[in-house]
Amino acid sequence: MALFALRRFLLSVPLLIGITFVSYVVISLAPGGPLDFLTPEDPNASVEVKERLIKEFGLDQPIHVQYWQWLKRAVRLDFGRSFLPDGRPVLTKIGERLPVTLFLNLIEMAIIVGLAVPIGVLSATRQYSLYDKITTIFVFVGFATPDFWLALLLMILFGVQLGWLPISGLRSLNWEYLSFWQQQWDFFSHLVLPIVVATFGGLAGFSRYMRQSMLEVVRQDYVQTARAKGLSERVVIGKHALRNALLPVVTILALALPGLIGGSVIIESIFAIPGMGQLMVQSVFSRDYPVVMGNLVIVATLTLVANLVADITYGLVDPRIRFGGRRRR
Amino acid sequence: MPRRRARGRSLLVWAGCGLLAAACNGPIESVSDDSATAGGAPAYGDTFIQASIGDIGGLIPSLTSDQSSHEVGSLIYDGLVKLDRDLNMVPAMAESWTYSRDCLELTFKLRRDVKWHDGRSFTADDVVFTYQTMINPKTPAPFKEGFLLVKDMEAPDPYTVRVRYAKPYARAVETWGTYILPKHLLQSFAEAGTLRESPQNSRPVGTGPYLFQEWKPGEKVVLVANPNYYEGRPYLSRIVYRVIPSQATIFLELKANGVDYVSTLTGIQYARQTEYPAFRKAYHKFRYPASDYTFLGFNLRDPRFADRRVRQAFAHAISKQELIDGVRLGLAREATGPIRPGTWAYTDQVERFAYDPAKAKVLLAEAGWKDRDGDGVVEDREGKPFTLTIRTNQGNDERKKIAEIVQQRLKEIGIQADIQLIEWAAFIKEFVKPRRFEVVVLGFGTGTDPDQFVVWHSSQRGPDQMNRTGYADPEVDALLEAGRMSCVQSERVRYYHRLQEILAHDLPMIFLYNRDALPVVAARIRGVSPAPAGILHNLTEWYVPKQQQRYTSG
Repeated sequence: MALFALRRFLLSVPLLIGITFVSYVVISLAPGGPLDFLTPEDPNASVEVKERLIKEFGLDQPIHVQYWQWLKRAVRLDFGRSFLPDGRPVLTKIGERLPVTLFLNLIEMAIIVGLAVPIGVLSATRQYSLYDKITTIFVFVGFATPDFWLALLLMILFGVQLGWLPISGLRSLNWEYLSFWQQQWDFFSHLVLPIVVATFGGLAGFSRYMRQSMLEVVRQDYVQTARAKGLSERVVIGKHALRNALLPVVTILALALPGLIGGSVIIESIFAIPGMGQLMVQSVFSRDYPVVMGNLVIVATLTLVANLVADITYGLVDPRIRFGGRRRR
Repeated sequence: MPRRRARGRSLLVWAGCGLLAAACNGPIESVSDDSATAGGAPAYGDTFIQASIGDIGGLIPSLTSDQSSHEVGSLIYDGLVKLDRDLNMVPAMAESWTYSRDCLELTFKLRRDVKWHDGRSFTADDVVFTYQTMINPKTPAPFKEGFLLVKDMEAPDPYTVRVRYAKPYARAVETWGTYILPKHLLQSFAEAGTLRESPQNSRPVGTGPYLFQEWKPGEKVVLVANPNYYEGRPYLSRIVYRVIPSQATIFLELKANGVDYVSTLTGIQYARQTEYPAFRKAYHKFRYPASDYTFLGFNLRDPRFADRRVRQAFAHAISKQELIDGVRLGLAREATGPIRPGTWAYTDQVERFAYDPAKAKVLLAEAGWKDRDGDGVVEDREGKPFTLTIRTNQGNDERKKIAEIVQQRLKEIGIQADIQLIEWAAFIKEFVKPRRFEVVVLGFGTGTDPDQFVVWHSSQRGPDQMNRTGYADPEVDALLEAGRMSCVQSERVRYYHRLQEILAHDLPMIFLYNRDALPVVAARIRGVSPAPAGILHNLTEWYVPKQQQRYTSG
């Protein structure tokens, strides 16, 4: 197992370098460059400044040289400074956005899993019942509802009409002047709508997956056997079936790890949440290569780690894989 | 607080879509249940919350070209001169200025009571330092032209600066509306070319009416009133720029009274969605011409459009009022030329072309375009039909609608037009710059100075230059040169009036309309005084009467 993990880990290194190289080439190929956005389409803008910045950013070098320079710094975890006029270090920029996105996505994930598992299990065990049909309709409506539209409707209802919840942002403007508990409540109330919207959309896929996985498992012989042994339905489903049905779900969860730091552009924009999604999109639009690359490295690393974790946990929870591996050796 | 759009910045932004400080050729309207200026004694305090769709780029605005950075920057920094409510240059940190007789030497006397936010005195050294920084090749400032024309500059004493020019430069004074930078904090960074990385770019020290307090990227910028401001402490204690990247969310925040100011509503929002009693009670709406114009531009290299009669036929075929009503819900004014209405150089005494399709057909016939085969489309003598493509950029609904209406109107006079919408970058790169277009619908931002040399002078017709219609006229060339070289406003007025007459007659483009800026301000805010410069020009005088203040904790 340890050897397996180590080998997988060593393989990830060239893979990561490959990913960053391809990403670097692709973003450089995108039409336009950082200078098109720094120097406006304006008769008074000076051409000499443009040339100077191109040199300063190293954009006059051939692409493999540029990449090599970037890589040399990146291995020392120096991702450089943003090309934008604020010129701040990439890691600072990412660092101030990451916590919000991570926090939101973790809560969201917990709620989705917490709701999707029972929904999926119940619909599977009562396949084609009224409950199954209602939840099916519900999750498909959730799946089909554009989240920006749902967000606006909820904002109008709870923010404008009823005035119960704040419309956008993360904190009230007088946050510093509130007491500790008021601050917590203020923060929480700002989170309600974005989390509800994000969860509503994400619930569908996950609960469907759970239902499908459960449906397959309950048809297995060992479930029959468990029933035949005279075990109560609760034990049959809750212990014998659910454990096995959760296996694929673990993989999905692990693979969702990189998504945790991605952030949703739409939700972040509409609720004015300064998270990773917005940062990524803005840096792509303004061709801010250092920030884009910094972001990509983090996402790529997490994806690789997630794959690794998925493989390992799979081995841990599924004896077939564990023993299968041993026999081969 | 005047919006110093002019400070060494854009004279013209090609297709600029910013609706900002504006001038006025018609009545400035304030729509509300009670007057914006009435009631309550001026009092210090309260927080003023502005919604901004984009975050600021940085806090040394000279290095940025985005609107938000300049809005925030103009409250933190000051220039030697500024624009007043009527868009005239008036002293700010300078007490006065004088020109030498030959227009080549400009001398500023500086105020002695100006202090940097950290307590240091502001002196002529800071002005000279700002100049040196701007012309330093290591400084990545997008707008330097005004500074590069300076021959030399000196400070004979701590409160005098003298600037010399090699040639007279009409916009010399305007250049010194630039953000003056603190020498004592920035010298080493400016010399090393690392201004962007300096602390000043994240915690700026200026001389303006507001002190910087906090910038949370992507979230907000907070400014607090400068108690030692040389023109007196501003009334509003705090100004918060909230970054809200979605237009829909901004509007909902407005409806829920979450923001106090939005720089421009859409036409629908202004005309319909805000017309209910609660909104009218909570906000004052304003309406005045924005500083840009929308036009239909011809490619004069195309032999068909080289004939003025054809251009005039187009002008008669199009009803500007119809476009304004259909596209802007009436919230725009007919444009007569490229100069910003309300500024001293503007005149509306120019030739106009009424909607008259019959006359348009006669003009086309005179130019040799007749419907020879009876298919409804006019042909030239060889029988080639008059077809063309109207091009504009994708994602601008207004321009798309203009193209559609114009297409319909052209059909009436026998011209068959197609419409092509192209993504912005590709549009400029593939069509506009290489001059591969027939007719385009675009917009132009206008500065406060009337100098339009780069747009109309015949020397500016190269691929990367701004004379994109390819217009060339010897008299216009002479007027543009003279207007640029003079420092006497009464002379310049004559040149630019004549320029507008010629352009209106020659029709290198059809000036369609000046859009209206449609800002809203919370009703509790008093002292708002709409003027040709817009409404933000006297922000430091805005106040909220004590009993109506909302954010008292700050």
